Amino acid sequence: MSNNEYFRIAKDGLWDNNGILSMLLGLCPTMAVTTSATNALGMGLATAAVMAASNLLVSVFRHHITYEVRVPVYILIVAAMVTLVDLVMNAYMHPLYKVLGLFIPLIVSNCLPLAHLEAFAGKRPPAASLVDGVFAGLGFTFALTVIGGVREIIGSGTLFSNAALLLGSSFKFLECHLLPADCHILMMVLPPGGFLVTGFVLVGKRMIDVAQGKEISMSGAHGA
Amino acid sequence: MTDHKDEAEDRKEAVEEDALFRADEAMHEDDKTEKEKPFFIHGLVLAVFCLGFGALLALTYHLTAQTIVARGVEDQQASLEQVIPASIHDNDISANPLHLKDAEGHDVTVFRATKAGHVTGVAYEISGSGYSGEIRLMMGVDDQGHILGVRALAHKETPGLGDKIEANKSNWILRFTGLSLTNPSENKWKVKKDGGQFDQFSGATITPRGVVAAIHRGLEFFETHKSTLLESSNVQ
Repeated sequence: MSNNEYFRIAKDGLWDNNGILSMLLGLCPTMAVTTSATNALGMGLATAAVMAASNLLVSVFRHHITYEVRVPVYILIVAAMVTLVDLVMNAYMHPLYKVLGLFIPLIVSNCLPLAHLEAFAGKRPPAASLVDGVFAGLGFTFALTVIGGVREIIGSGTLFSNAALLLGSSFKFLECHLLPADCHILMMVLPPGGFLVTGFVLVGKRMIDVAQGKEISMSGAHGA
Repeated sequence: MTDHKDEAEDRKEAVEEDALFRADEAMHEDDKTEKEKPFFIHGLVLAVFCLGFGALLALTYHLTAQTIVARGVEDQQASLEQVIPASIHDNDISANPLHLKDAEGHDVTVFRATKAGHVTGVAYEISGSGYSGEIRLMMGVDDQGHILGVRALAHKETPGLGDKIEANKSNWILRFTGLSLTNPSENKWKVKKDGGQFDQFSGATITPRGVVAAIHRGLEFFETHKSTLLESSNVQ
């Protein structure tokens, strides 16, 4: 495969076919963890790790997985990867695990990894599948972090609070306090805020696409 | 990648550049033209994958189990250190805990702080019912029945309203330090809205009400079991 094709796969995952912003997949974790940018980033990276690993594994074994049992095998692989991430995080990234631990098992029920296994990794060679998993995961992380950032700024007046917990103390500079305590709109960190902000971020993405002259259509991809 | 075979197959599969999420009808038809595989093959494939990934998980569990237990102990010690000042004990608080039953028959694990062999304070977990489920707190009490400190361990209260019971969000929970069953008097162990002396939060009364009640029950627990808790002979 040419570099051009890898570039295309990466761009697809990050922007054109972004899991949240274009395909509207994985909305359950999106609503649950985007109460702060740090939580969103942590959840996104955990999902990206699961997607990269499961995409690679499915692609490697794609000739051995028969068509009839592919879905149970895919779910088995995703669930195994999630449990692995769960155990490793609990053991070696404990402070973050205390924040995100509740949401990690939710990755199993996130349809975004499954969609990529079914539509991509089950048919393509390992290298391309790994690229697809990594960049679709990063695209998911990007969208989550944007939504989390907006909700956190409006709802709590901070941005990337507790980032040092996630990324280590050298990232303490990311933590900023933007709004005084009486300017918060609490609703933004509650569930309705998740829907509102996600809606506006979707509109923003469409507007950028329109400004670039792209055709916006409800293609098969959007219905996936 | 050195995977030439894969590359060749990939071209053969003729996946168009933009066919990332195209329906996979073509592939399905390919499958039908293939010779039908015997049914047990599918079961075998599934079984092999289950075994393989089961083994992988067992291995990971085995490798991380000890670290995870150690992290749990660290967590517990950190919460114990917050409710029992270092100055009043010279032992390892989390070692050799006492197992008792509270008034409702639930198990309570009591951690004891000793200095020179005498019990100077105890810490145990209490729970109250909040706005959305159980609130778990760790509470430390000295040998006179005065509160050394209370900290929230886990709760599901509304962010921005009920979560002010956390010590890093508000200093409300610090207010209990030094209080006892008799200070304030029985009928003042309530939030202000109920005629007591503890502030509720604006927009959240149920959470502090649950916490105040839980702390009061915790003090009653201490009073009931005072002699057992403070007995020095059963501490190492």
